[in-house]
Amino acid sequence: MKELTIISGKGGTGKTSLTASFAALAENKIMVDADVDAADMDLILIPSVQHEEEFKGGHYAVIRKDLCTECGECRERCQFDAISEDYVIDKIDCEGCGVCVHFCPVDAIEFPQRACGKWYISDTRHGPMIHAKLGIAEENSGLLVSLLRQKAREMAEQDALDKIIVDGPPGIGCPVIASVANSNGVLIITEPTLSGTHDMERVHQLAEFLNVPTMLCINKYDLNPGISENMQQYAKSHNIRFVGAIPYDRDMTKAMVEQKALVEYSDGTAAQAVKSIWEKVSSVVFPNN
Amino acid sequence: MVIAVASGKGGTGKTTIATNLAASVDGNVRYLDCDVEEPNAHIFLKPTDLESETVTLPIPEVDQSKCNLCGVCDELCQFSAITLMGDYVMTFPEMCHGCKGCMMACPTGAISEARRELGVMEKGQSGHIEFYHGSLRVGEAMSPPLIEHVKEQIGADMLNIIDAPPGTSCPVIAAIKAADFLLLVTEPTPFGLNDLKLAVETARLMRIPFGIVINRSDVGDGRTAEYAEAENIPILMEIPDKRKIAEAYSNGILMVEALPEMKEKFQALYQNVLSRITETNN
Repeated sequence: MKELTIISGKGGTGKTSLTASFAALAENKIMVDADVDAADMDLILIPSVQHEEEFKGGHYAVIRKDLCTECGECRERCQFDAISEDYVIDKIDCEGCGVCVHFCPVDAIEFPQRACGKWYISDTRHGPMIHAKLGIAEENSGLLVSLLRQKAREMAEQDALDKIIVDGPPGIGCPVIASVANSNGVLIITEPTLSGTHDMERVHQLAEFLNVPTMLCINKYDLNPGISENMQQYAKSHNIRFVGAIPYDRDMTKAMVEQKALVEYSDGTAAQAVKSIWEKVSSVVFPNN
Repeated sequence: MVIAVASGKGGTGKTTIATNLAASVDGNVRYLDCDVEEPNAHIFLKPTDLESETVTLPIPEVDQSKCNLCGVCDELCQFSAITLMGDYVMTFPEMCHGCKGCMMACPTGAISEARRELGVMEKGQSGHIEFYHGSLRVGEAMSPPLIEHVKEQIGADMLNIIDAPPGTSCPVIAAIKAADFLLLVTEPTPFGLNDLKLAVETARLMRIPFGIVINRSDVGDGRTAEYAEAENIPILMEIPDKRKIAEAYSNGILMVEALPEMKEKFQALYQNVLSRITETNN
């Protein structure tokens, strides 16, 4: 069983559109939507939820007014300014470190588990999918992503599936690290802009730091052919396998509006490019299939 | 006054709106790029006279000779960053959230404060814009404390514009907290709308007044406008999908430089936001 993770650094470069097409092209796989903040793959794959579970990550502190003597010990020690002058803990600011709980001289602070969201195992027309919904303003997205990948591995093992395809979040922080660590291959999808270049380089540095082999593809490459050329040069000089360029094609958005993967909706130039990218990526990450 | 520019979905044009707004208003502006994982505003604003400052987080350092192996630190730490292993206390600095609990609780004073680098904050100047951004160290998982450090530069002496990261979780909250107004940038596609709804929920939870900017307003479908009307959310600006805009963006050129006629529209956007903030405060 092998795992492929699709990331971009910069948001909105076409991660989910590309991954949804991979869902339509790949056989014998399980899909994971690891963009738990703003999950969108379900808008294309229309999952029917088979199993739903609450995700609890960490704790939060609550002061019991009936026991609190307002001595100030907790306010003084909290490093996150989460406790107000009238001794109410802001749940959003609370880091869940438990320092206030430990030092409260009258044990007036409770420390319940934090329900951060929900995760699901679903069926789709392209096979099983694991996804989640992190609560608004919640924490522990990295932990949730690790959990989704763990469940995907268990399911793949159980059902003899040989591919796990992970749609990653934007950025380079905690949920991205959790999406990339120990994956068998990372595919970066970028766009030919200076912002895209900057972000692609940073997310590539992250993949390198985590020691995961990296591939690169460029979306809307014809928007700025000069920058696309520079990106390919960067790939060449940094040991990144360049797997293809997708032209700007309005079918990309039209497919999304029709709730279809690009390769299901269109046989145009962009769809052809996506198919060719899948062939290359698949031969690298899933060579035995 | 603080205006934050955010969006649930990435790549909808947060930085485009924030930089062009900053470039269009008269008078001094402080720009704070809080998308510290992938900061991009500097590409467009090209700040000069850069000064850099390393931003760190307190982490524990254990003097094993003073440690009596009581295990209090291990019990207290919620993040498995300090663990008693047999007759040795091990630290995992990357897991540490900087609560200092272990240092405060250690009965023998064996734990002192070391620092982990979160990234850097850079300051520069671009015309009338005082520019700040954070840049997270590659491999660092925690962006909120770096974002908070950048936000410490906010002052009441001029307009502050915050360029927020995408999403709805802790980094976004850290970036938009205490803003007077939130501009939610979206594109009229199904993904854009889905993530806009999440961003609206976030704004409502934080009780920050907000309005929508629709970028690439002529792609996708009409459902975003329908949603805004049904929810009574003001659409403050619409920007069409023009190749000239996309090309300028790709080369790091401000929209108001490539299409000077847009400057008036950004000034109108600013006036609109101003009057809404005044309305809220009354």
